[in-house]
This record gives sequence, C-alpha cells and structure tokens, in this order.
Amino acid sequence: MLTPAPADSTPAGERPVMIRMAGVEKYYGTYHALKAVNLDVHQGERIVICGPSGSGKSTLIRCINALEHHQGGEIVVDGTQVGKSSRGLDKVRAEVGMVFQSFNLFPHLTVLQNCTLAPRKVRGLAPKEAEAIAMKYLERVRIPEQANKYPGQLSGGQQQRVAIARALCMAPKVMLFDEPTSALDPEMVKEVLDTMISLAHDGMTMICVTHEMGFARQVADRVIFMDKGEIVEEGPPATFFANPKSERTRTFLGQILHH
Amino acid sequence: MIRQFTSAEFFFLVSAVRWTLLLSAIAFVGGATLGLVVALARTSPWQWLRATAGAYILVFQGTPLLMQLFLVFFGATMVGASVDPLAAAAIGLTLNAAAFLGEIWRGCIQAIPKGQWEASTALGLHYVTRMREIILPQAAKIAVAPTVGFLVLLVKSTSLASIIGFVELTRAGQIVNNATFRPFLVFGIVAAIYFALCWPLSLYARHLEKRFGTVSR
Repeated sequence: MLTPAPADSTPAGERPVMIRMAGVEKYYGTYHALKAVNLDVHQGERIVICGPSGSGKSTLIRCINALEHHQGGEIVVDGTQVGKSSRGLDKVRAEVGMVFQSFNLFPHLTVLQNCTLAPRKVRGLAPKEAEAIAMKYLERVRIPEQANKYPGQLSGGQQQRVAIARALCMAPKVMLFDEPTSALDPEMVKEVLDTMISLAHDGMTMICVTHEMGFARQVADRVIFMDKGEIVEEGPPATFFANPKSERTRTFLGQILHH
Repeated sequence: MIRQFTSAEFFFLVSAVRWTLLLSAIAFVGGATLGLVVALARTSPWQWLRATAGAYILVFQGTPLLMQLFLVFFGATMVGASVDPLAAAAIGLTLNAAAFLGEIWRGCIQAIPKGQWEASTALGLHYVTRMREIILPQAAKIAVAPTVGFLVLLVKSTSLASIIGFVELTRAGQIVNNATFRPFLVFGIVAAIYFALCWPLSLYARHLEKRFGTVSR
C-alpha cells in the first residue's frame, strides 16, 4: 500500500495549528471524563486515538465540535474559541465534519438530500450547486448510483460512506471520525477504511477514534493512547507500536493486537 | 304538552352534528397549533421554558375538562366580557387539547434517536432547520396514530359543552328529550351518532398505526 503522503512536504508538526486543546476538563456529574487534556493538531495531520472503552476518546473529539461541552481549559479550532459564543460555535461546526459510529443518516431523506441539506441551509448554496457538490463527493466515495435511494435501502458500509460524503459536502477543514467502522459487518470495514485512507492522502486534517490499528499504521502521523480520561502516550505509529513507553499502553496493545 | 319523537326530532339531532363537528374542528386546529408550541417548549434546551410548559400540562391534565369550561365561561363573564357558549367551549377545549397533544408530541419528538440530533447539530444546522427538516418530519410519522386516537376523545369531549349551553349534539338531545320525555330512545340515538362519528376515526387510527408503526426507516 501507499505510504502517507501529505499534501505539502512540510512535516506535520511545523504546519499551523488547526485545533488546540489546552487543559481541557470534562465532567459528567461527578465523573471526571477528561483530565487536563492537551493536544495540538496541525493542518493536514492525521491522528488516531485509541484506548479502552470509557477512556474518554469519544468525549474528547465530541468536545471539539461541542456535541459535549467542556468545563475547563480551552479548545480553539482554526482560530475560533469553542464555547465562548454561539456564533463561534456555528463557525466551528460548519468547519468540522463528523462521522459517527451509527452513521446517523437522516432516514426520511434520500442520499442526495442528506448530502445537500447542510450546504443549502448552512452555506446558503442554491439547490443545483449543492447537488453538484453532493454528486462529486458521492462519486468520491464511489456510490453516485445510490443518490436517489433512502439510507434504509443501503448496506452499512454504503451508509457510512454516504455519511462521509455528507460531511465532506460542507468542505470541512477537519474531519472527526468516532469509531466509524465499529458498527459495520467485517466485510464492509475495508470499503470505509479505503475511503478514509484516500481522504488522508488528499491532506485532510483528521482525528479518528478507532481500533483499526492497520489504518493507524498506514496513515496516522501520530497515534494517541488514552486511558481514564488522560492522554497516556502519543507518538508516530512506528515508535508507538514498536516501543510503547507506558505499561498501560503495552497492556492495551497486547489485548487488541493479540487476535 | 308532550311531543312525539318523529323524523323531525331525529333530523334536529342529526343537524346538531355540524356543531359538534365544528367545535371539534376548532378545538383540534387550535389545540394542535398550541400543542405544537407546548411540545417544542417541553423539549427545548431552556429549563424555564420546559418548566412552564410542564406546569401548563400539569394543570390541564390534572383538572376536569368540565371545570375548565366553567372557568373560561364564567371567568369571562366575571371580567365583564360576554362570551357566547361556542367561543367559551372552543377556548376551553383548545387549551385542554393543547395540553394532551403537547404531551403526546413531546413523547414523539423525544423518540427520535439522539444520533439524529447530534448529526444535524454537527452539520451546523440551527434549531429551526433541525426541527423543521430533521426532527419533526420523523416525529410526525410516529405521532399520526396517537393524534387521530386523541381526536376521537376530543369529539366525545365536545359533549361537555352542552352544560354551558352550547347547542351541539348532546344539548340537542337534551332539548328533544325535554319535549318528548323519551330519554332512552333520544340518548340512545345521540350515543349512536357519536359512535358513527368516532368508529371510523378509531379504525383509521388503527390503520395508520399499522402503516407507520412498522416502517420506521
């Protein structure tokens, strides 16, 4: 397979920061879900976050577009503070695409309508324009022929690719993936991963919560391991997988790479 | 003198059905409009709005409809406004229907999976667009059957308007009975007419439930 080829040749760490999380704290009642999380994501960087369930990895990416509200620290997306003003929040949500574990397509709308809704309502595009963009991205995820079907008529893998196209139609600067392959039958995982890999090769800034370590090895610039609401360890995939520093990381990798 | 129960009396009853239907229609349209507001308030992000709508529902579900009609009718007279019985009945029934429909629809809105809210929020859709394009169209499907079911209840509830003097089907029955003294016959016919109005609606509600209950996606 191809090696990761960033859109420009500047090392990821030297490009401008797209997302800055500094000292982010998140509580659910008394449960401390994120503990002083610091994370800088640079433009075009591909980040994979892994960790046991309940480690806070989904919470972390859901704080970026404020599906969850953080209580302490700050999150800045492309220069806009998250949670300071509702206008800032609108801006962030329009620039950040998200793909969910359970697809969350709108079942009463066709595939094409799923893709054109936000560009029309949020970006104010004319229907024809929005449709042209939608078809471009449906071709991109290789299902233009399904445009007039309803989500319920598609397989899980196809639905997830529509969900990716739907997010891309907003021309986001960042894509968040929240366990995008976890709800899929095994034979459909590859088609979704392939779509994500091609997106990565185009230089999209991506944060992926996933247990697909093959994907992490292949495209990630950095792998982050979280446990109990903290970032325990991070590093480029080569060193992360070969020499995990922390005992917790070793135990986790031992568990998921064993079978 | 006592009159006979003839076809004239019978057609008097049948012609009173239009007032029952008119009152039902006004109360349903008014109740649905206000009920949507109540349902949206009950599911709103603002605590004070949810609490206000909750209190409204509590009051109107927790007191008899007859008392509500009395309070509207005599309350209006007390402040010097003269309301005719139709207006009083329509207002009372509208307020009452709004509480019940609001609560039914709140449930339908909340039955829409959380993922639908999250996906539309993540796409940057605003509250109004999110509600109009995503949540309400899906909630409406679930709501159709229980709403028609409630309409059956509403048609029968209009009979209480007879007590504040509005001449609809039940009041017409009382008038005919006062003249003919054939209570069993008269109210038997009145009941049969209500049944003829409500039964098709019940059947329709069941049909809609089958149709929309199974196709959820």
